[in-house]
Amino acid sequence: MVRIPALRRMASLLLTPLEPEDVLSLVNPLSSHRQLRGVVTKVTRETPESRTIHFRPGRGWNPHDAGQWARIGVEIDGVRHWRSYSLSAPAGADPAITVTAIGFVSTELVRRTKVGDILFLDVPQGDFVLPQHPRPLLMLTAGSGLTPVMSMIRTLVPRRPDADVVLVHSARTRDDALFHDELLELADQFPGLKVVHWFTREAQGRRLDLTDATDLETVCPDWRGRAAYACGPADFLDAATALWDRAAAEGAAEATTALTIERFAPVLLPGAGGEGGRVTFEKSDKVVDAPGDCTLLDAGEQAGVVMPSGCRMGICRSCLTPLVAGQVRDLRTGEVHGEEGELIQTCINAAAGPVHLDI
Amino acid sequence: MTATATPLERTEIRPGRPILAPKGGPAVRPTAAAHLTDDQVEQLGRELDAIRDRVIATRGEKDARYIRRVIKLQRSLELAGRITLLFSKRKAALVAGTAMISVAKIIENMEIGHNVLHGQWDWMRDPDIHSTTWEWDFVSPAATWKHTHNDLHHTWTNVVGKDKDVGYDLLRMDEDQPWTPRALGNPLYNLVLMPFFEWGIAIYDLELEAWRQGDKPTADLKRDLKLTAKKALRQFTKDYTATPLAAQLVSRSGRNALIGGFAANCIRNVWAHAVIFCGHFPDGADTFTEEMIEGETRGDWYIRQMIGSANISGSKLMHFMTGNLSHQIEHHCFPDLPSNRYAEVAVELREICERYGLPYTTGPLPRQVYQAWAKVCRLALPPKRLPKQTVNQTPVLPRRGAFPIAARVL
Repeated sequence: MVRIPALRRMASLLLTPLEPEDVLSLVNPLSSHRQLRGVVTKVTRETPESRTIHFRPGRGWNPHDAGQWARIGVEIDGVRHWRSYSLSAPAGADPAITVTAIGFVSTELVRRTKVGDILFLDVPQGDFVLPQHPRPLLMLTAGSGLTPVMSMIRTLVPRRPDADVVLVHSARTRDDALFHDELLELADQFPGLKVVHWFTREAQGRRLDLTDATDLETVCPDWRGRAAYACGPADFLDAATALWDRAAAEGAAEATTALTIERFAPVLLPGAGGEGGRVTFEKSDKVVDAPGDCTLLDAGEQAGVVMPSGCRMGICRSCLTPLVAGQVRDLRTGEVHGEEGELIQTCINAAAGPVHLDI
Repeated sequence: MTATATPLERTEIRPGRPILAPKGGPAVRPTAAAHLTDDQVEQLGRELDAIRDRVIATRGEKDARYIRRVIKLQRSLELAGRITLLFSKRKAALVAGTAMISVAKIIENMEIGHNVLHGQWDWMRDPDIHSTTWEWDFVSPAATWKHTHNDLHHTWTNVVGKDKDVGYDLLRMDEDQPWTPRALGNPLYNLVLMPFFEWGIAIYDLELEAWRQGDKPTADLKRDLKLTAKKALRQFTKDYTATPLAAQLVSRSGRNALIGGFAANCIRNVWAHAVIFCGHFPDGADTFTEEMIEGETRGDWYIRQMIGSANISGSKLMHFMTGNLSHQIEHHCFPDLPSNRYAEVAVELREICERYGLPYTTGPLPRQVYQAWAKVCRLALPPKRLPKQTVNQTPVLPRRGAFPIAARVL
C-alpha cells in the first residue's frame, strides 16, 4: 500500500502524526520511513573469532559493488552503535559482512548475532572497487582487510575466464585466516586466481616485509605490472604506499603501479585531555580554540555560530548537535565520550581534543 | 595545544539564565527548606546526583524493550480503534472505538510523547524514538511545546513571573499573582479549558504574552504560528474529516465516527488536564520568588523541584496512564531519566525528603484534583488584604492547610 503515492497520502491523513510505515512496522520489522533496516538471514562461522552475517535489506538499499562498505547500526544493551564494515558477498548477491571480534561493537556482533535480528543500515559506498577494464591484479591483504577483496574475488574469478588475480593474504595462523579453504578451492578450480597465504605466527613465520620489494618479488615477481589493491592495518598500508611510491619514483620500465588502498580504521583526531581543543563548526565554517572548561555551546556562541540552546544546564536537550569527529568531555562527570554521529549536549560538554560539530 | 584563536572567557553570566552556583545558597531559601544549612543542601544535591548516576548507569536493553512495547501497544490500540470507528454505526462499535482511541491518545501523549520529547529515550540513539524527531498526537507541534515546557517550565519551575505554567497566562493560580477582576472567571476558564486542553496548550505555546511584551520576536511568532496552523490542520483533518469520511464510505457511519473522534479527544483532554493540574497546583506544592533562585546551587535546584511538585498515589496502571507524571516530583528532579524508572527513584526520594525534613506531597487523584480546583476557585476572589507591615510580623506558616498563606519572605 505504501508503494502507491495516493494511497500512502490517504493513509497518512488517517494516521498523522504517524506515517504508514510506523503502523506497518507492527507486523514488518523492516518497515520504517526514517531508518533503513535489514534482517539477519544466516550467520556462518569463518574462524573461531569471526562470523559472516548475511542479511536481507529492506526497501531503499542499493545493490553493492564488489569492494564497497556500508555503515551498520547495531543495538547493544539498548543503545544504537554504528560501525563501517566491508561487504564480503559478491556483487549481485544478498549482502553479507564478515566481522572479526576486535573492539566492542565487532565483538558483540560476533558473539550475539542470530538469525532474525534486525540490523540498521546505510547504503553501500566506497571507491575501493574493481577496475572498469580487465587487467592483471594484485591483492595485498592482511587480517580482516581481506573482506572487501573477497567480495571482488568472488565477483570476478568465477565469472570472468580472462581474470588474472594474485592474492597475497597475511594472517597470523592458518586457523585465523579468513576464507582459507574457499580461497584454495577457488584457486584450484579457476586458473585465473593464484593465492599466496603468508602466516606470521606459524613455524618460521614472520611479517610480510614491505620496506623493500624482496618479499613481494618472491611471492609475485610481476607485481609491478599489476594494478594493486591493498587493505589491512594502517602500518601495513603505509608501508605498501611507500613501496609503490618508491617504485614509481624509480621509474621502472613496466611500472604501471597503480595502488588502491582501503583503510578500515576511522581516522580519529589525535589528542584528548582536559586542555580543551580546537572546535570546528562545519556548516557555519567557524573555528575556535576552546579551553577545557568552556562548553561547546559557549564556544559556538562566542564564535558567532547560531547554536540551538535551552536550559544550558544539561536538562532540556534543546542544544543537541551532531558530532562529526573528535571527543568531548562531560563537564558534569568528567567522562570523555563521543562517537561519530552522536548527538552532543553542547551546554554541558567541552572539547577533549579537536572536535568537529555538524552545525 | 597552542591557542591561536580568540581565548574564551568562561562563567559569563547570561542575563535571564539560571547559572547554578557551585557553593553557598540563595539569600532566601523557600520556607519549607529554610531549616537546611548550605552544607546540608550540598549533601542533598550529591545524594540526588548519585541516584541519577545510578539510573543512568543501569539504563539498558530492558528499558529499551519497555518503551518499544508501549509504542507497539499504543499503535495497535490506535489502529484497532480507528478501524472500529469505521463501523461505528453500531453503538457497540462507537463505544469500543472511542474507548480504544481515547486510551491510545492518552498513552501517546503522556507515557510516550511527553517523555520522548523530554529526551528520556535519547540515550538509545534511535532516530525513531528521539526528542529531535518525535511528533505527537496533539495540536501543539513538538518543537514549540519543547521550548515552553522543557526549556521554560522545567528550568523556572514554579517561579512566579518566570514559569508561565503557573496559570498558563490564563488562570490566577498563585497568591503572588496580582488579582484583577478577570480572575473572577477562573473557574469558568478552567471548565472550558478542560475539554479543549490541547488547543489551550497550542495557544499557550505560541507565547503571545511574551510577544506582546517584546520578549519574543515577531519572526519567531510567525514561524510558530505557521507550524501550529499546519499541525492543527492535520490533527483536525484526521479526526474530523478523514476518519468520518472513510467511515461514511465504508459503512455510512460518518456521523458517529465524528462523534467518536470528538469524544476521544475530549476524554484525553480532560484526563491530561486533570493529571497536569495535579502536578503543581495541589496544596503543598510551593511557588517561589525570583529572589529565592538567585544563588541557587544544584542542591537548591533539586529542592525547588521537590517542594514545587506534587505526586499522585495509585496503582501501577494509574502511574502508566498518567505517563508517570504521577511521579511528578521524580520527573522534575530528573526530567530526562526514563519514566519507567521513576517508581524506583520515588522510594529513595521519599526517604531523602523525610531525612531532610522536606515535604513530599502526594495523594490520590480525586483529592489532588479537588485541591487544584479549590485553588482555582479560591484565587478567583481578591485576597483579603492584610496591612502591609504586618506581613513580615506574621509567623510564617507552613503552606499545607486548606487555605495556604502566601509565604512571601522578602
